[in-house]
Amino acid sequence: MTSPLVEIRGLEKQFDLSGSLLEQITFKDGRFQRKQEAVHAINGVDLQVQKGEALCVVGESGCGKSTVARTVMGLLSPTAGEIHYDGKRIDNLKGRDALPYRRKMQMIFQNPYASLNPRMTIQQTLEEPVRFHQPDLSQSDVRAKVQEVMQSVGIDPDWGSRFGHEFSGGQRQRIAIARALAVDPEFIVADEPISALDVSIQAQVLNLMMEAQETRNLTYLFITHDLAVVEHFGTRVAVMYLGRVCELADTKSLFATPRHPYTQALLSAIPRLEDERPNYIRLQGEVPTPVNLPSGCVFHGRCPHANERCRTEVPKLIATDANVQVACHGVEEGRL
Amino acid sequence: MTTATVSRWDRFRESFFWYSFKRDKVAILSFVVLLLMVLAAVFAPMLAPADPYDLAQIDIMNSELPPAGLDGADPAFPLGTDAQGRDLLSTILYGTRVSLMIGFGAVLLQSILGVLFGLMAGYLGGKVDAVLMRIADVQLSFSTLMVAIIVGAVFKASFGNLMFGEIAIYMLIFIIGVAEWPQIARTVRASVLAEKKKEYVDAAKVMGFGTPRIMFRHILPNTLSPIFVIGTVQIANAIISEAALSFLGLGMPETQPSLGSLIKSGFDFIQSGSWWITLIPGLVLVVLVLVINLLGDWLRDVMNPRLYKG
Amino acid sequence: MALLEVKNLDVRFAVRGGDLTALRGISFSLDKGERLGLVGESGAGKSVAAFSILNLIAKPGYIAGGQILFEGKDLAAMSERELRKIRGNRIAMIFQDPMMTLNPVLTIGTQMVEAILAHRKISKKEARAIALDRLQKVQIPSPEKRLDQYPHELSGGMRQRVIIAIALLLDPEVIIADEPTTALDVTIQAEIMDLLLNLCEQENVALMLITHDLGVVSQVTQRMLVMYSGRIIEQGPTRDIIDNAQHPYTVGLISALPQMGEPGARLFQIPGSMPSLKNVPTGCPFHPRCDYATDQCRQAMPDYVHAGNVDVACFEVSKRMEQEKHMQEERS
Repeated sequence: MTSPLVEIRGLEKQFDLSGSLLEQITFKDGRFQRKQEAVHAINGVDLQVQKGEALCVVGESGCGKSTVARTVMGLLSPTAGEIHYDGKRIDNLKGRDALPYRRKMQMIFQNPYASLNPRMTIQQTLEEPVRFHQPDLSQSDVRAKVQEVMQSVGIDPDWGSRFGHEFSGGQRQRIAIARALAVDPEFIVADEPISALDVSIQAQVLNLMMEAQETRNLTYLFITHDLAVVEHFGTRVAVMYLGRVCELADTKSLFATPRHPYTQALLSAIPRLEDERPNYIRLQGEVPTPVNLPSGCVFHGRCPHANERCRTEVPKLIATDANVQVACHGVEEGRL
Repeated sequence: MTTATVSRWDRFRESFFWYSFKRDKVAILSFVVLLLMVLAAVFAPMLAPADPYDLAQIDIMNSELPPAGLDGADPAFPLGTDAQGRDLLSTILYGTRVSLMIGFGAVLLQSILGVLFGLMAGYLGGKVDAVLMRIADVQLSFSTLMVAIIVGAVFKASFGNLMFGEIAIYMLIFIIGVAEWPQIARTVRASVLAEKKKEYVDAAKVMGFGTPRIMFRHILPNTLSPIFVIGTVQIANAIISEAALSFLGLGMPETQPSLGSLIKSGFDFIQSGSWWITLIPGLVLVVLVLVINLLGDWLRDVMNPRLYKG
Repeated sequence: MALLEVKNLDVRFAVRGGDLTALRGISFSLDKGERLGLVGESGAGKSVAAFSILNLIAKPGYIAGGQILFEGKDLAAMSERELRKIRGNRIAMIFQDPMMTLNPVLTIGTQMVEAILAHRKISKKEARAIALDRLQKVQIPSPEKRLDQYPHELSGGMRQRVIIAIALLLDPEVIIADEPTTALDVTIQAEIMDLLLNLCEQENVALMLITHDLGVVSQVTQRMLVMYSGRIIEQGPTRDIIDNAQHPYTVGLISALPQMGEPGARLFQIPGSMPSLKNVPTGCPFHPRCDYATDQCRQAMPDYVHAGNVDVACFEVSKRMEQEKHMQEERS
């Protein structure tokens, strides 16, 4: 087996809620106490992205999928764990050392209305990264590069002197993709790139991303909450719940036979065109807050199959079939 | 989609800014009055009948002549003369020039300091933010006038009156500029805090751009509208501060009078009936500050993103 | 007679440089207990349609023509006082963002009691009992406790349940739900939709569901309207449209869904995007994106034709219908 392009090892990320030392100290029951609170956004995630694949990370809001994306891209620094790119550890690189990876790894954001600088023309937005990473390119080479990426995302290069707000949401997302492609990356993290777009535009952008993957040999880490998109787009899928991966499988196996009870519930909840009534697996209760994580399996409070072991022991991701890994005691014990 | 590229001028003419300006009579009137006053101040050496700085042109015999239309008026002096026999019209033109220079100069200095510190505090956050904002709090807890009085008095004592006259204008710009930067810094910091959460800043970080480039090239241009609004109001405030200092005798010397020192110089003669020496420059000052404030109000309405819908 | 009948509704926005037409000749009806889906992408005018039914369209928007008949009375011509008796009482509305309805500084109970007392002359105690009953109906755990809680103490899904409870307070005839689950996660969305559907069936309330999600429409509604650029371009029974759409836009919209495509293959895509209100093309507004567009489409607005149970505004479809009719005549 070849070594993975991107490897996430034992990733943890907490956001401190308690503020400075002075704010942490409270007076309670007749004595001073120090109280620290944190959001446990990611609690031990291991993922490997193979070259050329599209690994989709799915989950509901608050499951930590966006935090994974931002940590991989270095926008957040991990509390614990490591990020490796092509065998090299990159999460501790700073300044100049990180620059080569900034070129190889790019990101597409969720909100096309906020991801373009409103005071820059499209030409400026696209030229700046090219110039920055290839300072020896001549003016005409830079222009040629910008023209090439604009054409490849279906934006007329004559529109370069316009500002972002003159374009529709779909066109803006194309421009944001062009910006990422302008530095010739190998790996792209896409954080909910189509969820802010209309249905007919979503298809355009998905097609564009698949085309780019083919022509430019891209590897994707695709973050989304929309399972229908995953089925279409992903090579493999990681389902996350409360900061942990609960199932990791190739797309076909996951959709054919979901094993983890949460994956099953999630799949059943997709509104399908052929259904005449909502038809879904009912879960109990609500998603717990990531501030007070439940003990044991994070899903046990809502799981219909939870037993004593689930309440106390954290399940590990265990391979059940080829290409399928599930973190569930029930599956491991064979009762599900 | 429309075809061809749109020039900056076309873009401006189609903008909401121009549209609301055209429809706001107060804004148009204020702008015209301000423009006239600025032009008159800039071209004062050409427009003024006399040069009030030139002692050779002044005759003490012409002192306290009333404006045209009153008993004893001299047609050579349409607005009358002051106690030293200077033509009041010329003095006011030159005085407006001095007041405006101090106003714009002080706000330029405020903006440079305020933008720099505001950007750093907002973008870098943490300790930098805490230290800079505490300095700003301390600065704001001193009244501008008090600082100016102390600094002015020290300057006057150590340089002597003559020397002080030459550097007075720079000193006033410096004092008012330094005293008021926290206003701009706070505004900038607030909008930087809002901007830096937006995804285009993340996109710039992901590109590997350095912190100064992100701060100045990406975030700064998006915080300019509030600076513009505050800056306009601050010009009016700076002019008022300068007038107050001059009135207290700590501003411009009478040899190079600003509007404030003109008001002061005439104040002693109100009792003796020469009201025009104080009243006319006073009116000019009020109109100047009023139109700047009206324009500032209009700008705030137009640039307020909550009201603005593109 | 239909419970709610909208006839030829035109809504315009007065902006600088003239009026923008947001809705053009909207006509549809809603029967008692019927569930109707209103589908379209952003900018199609579906929210404007929802708001104008209650005559709630905010300035600079105004109703420029047409009628909104509720039990035979025209809401478009009603005074504000008469309208207030209908809003929230006979016709209730559910918004995408629960915080648009909920006041953050008042408890759930206070807000529900106030909403009842605004329309009914009963005691506070009786009102509170009604509130409790509705919270039970939307299956909120420990409903008594919720009455004394503030909106921020509830999760997103729970807040949307409270909103549905508030909508049900006064036993309305119609509920208009504008993207009620768009902000929620899929598992919660399924629960809320199921709840809404069951309640409407039990209480025989008519539901007008505004959404961009064809899957939800297919699961919940009996009839649907497809809107494009301020016009209804297709309407009819939901099953007929989902299984056998006529208008090229509806066909494209359904085929563009990832769940319709082969995994990994190119998705069907409609080129371009919906025109903004400022430059709606002449003729059929969809023609710049349509594969079948002819000169006729570029010049004239198509009228509605009946294709089976479905009404469609498309020249291509009417041509096809005529050809079929021709062929049948020749055969016979």
